[in-house]
Amino acid sequence: MAEPEKKLPRIEISERRCKACSICVDFCPTNVLEIRGTSCVVKDLEACTRCQLCDLRCPDFAIRVFD
Amino acid sequence: MAVAKQKLSVPFDYDKYLRKDKLPHIWCPGCGHGIVLKSLLRAIDNKELSKDDLCMVSGIGCSSRTPGYVDFNTLHTIHGRAFSFATGLKLAKPSLKMIIATGDGDAMAIGGNHFIHTCRRNIDMLIIVYSNAIYGMTGGQSSPTTPIGSIATTARYGNVEPPFDICEMAKAAGATFVARGTAYHTQELERTFTEALGHKGTAVVEVIDSCPIYFGRMNKQRGASEMMENIEKNGTFSVKQADKLPDEKKEGKLVRGILHRVERPEYCEQYDKLIVAKATK
Amino acid sequence: MAAKKKLMQGNEACAAGALYAGCKFYAGYPITPSTEVAEIMSVELPKIGGKFIQMEDEIASMAATIGGSLAGLKSLTATSGPGFSLKQEALGYACITEVPCVIINVMRGGPSTGYPTGPSQSDIMQAKWGTHGDHPVIALTPAYVQEILDETVRAFNLSEKYRTPVIVLFDEIVGHMREPITIPEPGDLEVVDREKPDCTPEEYKPYDDTKLIAPLAPFGDGYRFHVTGLNHSEDGFPTNNSEMIDKNNRRIMQKIDDNIDDICKNDESNLEDAEIGLFAVGSTSRSAKFSVNAAREKGIKAGLLRPLTIWPFPDKAVSELAEKCKVIIVPELNLGQMVNEVKRVAAGRCEVIGIHRVDGEPIKPAQITELIEKYS
Repeated sequence: MAEPEKKLPRIEISERRCKACSICVDFCPTNVLEIRGTSCVVKDLEACTRCQLCDLRCPDFAIRVFD
Repeated sequence: MAVAKQKLSVPFDYDKYLRKDKLPHIWCPGCGHGIVLKSLLRAIDNKELSKDDLCMVSGIGCSSRTPGYVDFNTLHTIHGRAFSFATGLKLAKPSLKMIIATGDGDAMAIGGNHFIHTCRRNIDMLIIVYSNAIYGMTGGQSSPTTPIGSIATTARYGNVEPPFDICEMAKAAGATFVARGTAYHTQELERTFTEALGHKGTAVVEVIDSCPIYFGRMNKQRGASEMMENIEKNGTFSVKQADKLPDEKKEGKLVRGILHRVERPEYCEQYDKLIVAKATK
Repeated sequence: MAAKKKLMQGNEACAAGALYAGCKFYAGYPITPSTEVAEIMSVELPKIGGKFIQMEDEIASMAATIGGSLAGLKSLTATSGPGFSLKQEALGYACITEVPCVIINVMRGGPSTGYPTGPSQSDIMQAKWGTHGDHPVIALTPAYVQEILDETVRAFNLSEKYRTPVIVLFDEIVGHMREPITIPEPGDLEVVDREKPDCTPEEYKPYDDTKLIAPLAPFGDGYRFHVTGLNHSEDGFPTNNSEMIDKNNRRIMQKIDDNIDDICKNDESNLEDAEIGLFAVGSTSRSAKFSVNAAREKGIKAGLLRPLTIWPFPDKAVSELAEKCKVIIVPELNLGQMVNEVKRVAAGRCEVIGIHRVDGEPIKPAQITELIEKYS
């Protein structure tokens, strides 16, 4: 039997607000994010555990994780 | 209300408290001030405070730009005097829920006198001291909390002045709620703010946060995350750990948590209870 | 019913005027020779639902006074020379943020600590230029105890009407002098209350630039807005837009410039046919009046122009005086402040002579009479 498809979280990043400080990238326990250019982007959504640490520590009100 | 413990299915909606059109804010990349503000907004939400009653007052500096971003009654004043403007507002209209956003320079140097007298009066307000050991707005000069030996643009050979302990100062001056947190420990900070907002009297919360652009670059820190790790996480220990940790592990570190909490009559209540009662007898 | 007469000290009359005007908030710091104002307000305000607080210093007093006003209460502080110096930065803040408040300065000898119990008129220019940056200034100069009461009421009225701080300057002599005065009944004097917005909070702009003076909503009444000492746009938020900065900086001056006739007030005696004009304020103007009367008795055509509003400067009245007189004598308790303004306005049309005294003693009529007779 095929495993039910894993429901992925949705990570919303505001490029307008993000200043690419890298705090979310550095403190993400599962290495989901990376900096590309002047903004943070999702590198590996499947690794996300929805722990919210990126949101909690983002100084720029730029990232949100939806279940 | 259970807060922050649950796994959120919907992330916290900061925008309902923000003046969204003012973002992005002026703080530098990696500056911890935004993290402090977020912890405060969650605490305000926990306390279900009304935006119409909330009044945020600030002085001058990076931290003092906070009021511009929150959708409350907001007052950005002159350097060091936020406490005095706020005292006038609170006494004139006690229904206002006062929050002061200030920094280590604004509160401890130019505003030192007003800070201690505000604590002494025990007038009902939450004072948040964003403490990053530097004057950021003017480009990285040493402040009254810059550690000995640290480099600043006005301390090129290393700072020789011993720093103030903001929490000890607040306690000695008579503040009835004194706590310390960091931007790194953001959920702990939210809980501290929640407690502080429920306190009647002068509540002082010192928040250690980082200025990676000025303090960091001059003091060989590689970036915001490293500063959070070194200064905020490893440079502090919680009040709960205090008894368990051996002295050598506490050496040179700051203690986090609620450090002092007592009940003492609040200024505006005393005014009504003692002065008005006698004057109108 | 007979009018209520009372023997009152100048500082006492100042407090009475503030209370008559509806002042409900006072923040201050003790300083000679103005302290009586604070002492009286500390007794009277709690009786009428008002608030009094003694702050930790003069700077804090000015700041708290502005805070009280932003909460919607008519607010007052009183001080003297050194305290007035300390208040200057916050006074400028009240100018740019357009928060009404009244500042009493009972002038004493300076510079610095100077002569705390001696009279002076050496803060005339500090009232105008004490705080940095171009800014609007209204300053009133009562000379009699009755006038201190009346002018303090007028100070509140102008402050609330024009959304700007108003300074009341009187010298120590008038502040500590006792004279019988008439206490006004409610309704005898005009009392102006602050205009409140009639729009919804969503529509509210604290610095609406379609108006010369926008209504000011009190904090905590549902109009959530931002106030900053930075140059700001009409919504109150900081701006770097040079057009907006220029517009706002000019507007706050224009509030005064466009209403000179409403703000300026002069007392004139024997000016109709005057050939020798006197220009004086405060205690000095009382000596001047005595000298004018003495001169008239001798047939000398002397007259007195006594401004009750020193800022904005009474250019129009001084200009008329310069037109008809051969000399304007300006006695003042300083080394030459108003005299240069009179020279500016007279612009060479007549001679302008100052009489100056800074030894802590008043200018006596004999000193003025001597000069009048010299020019007669």
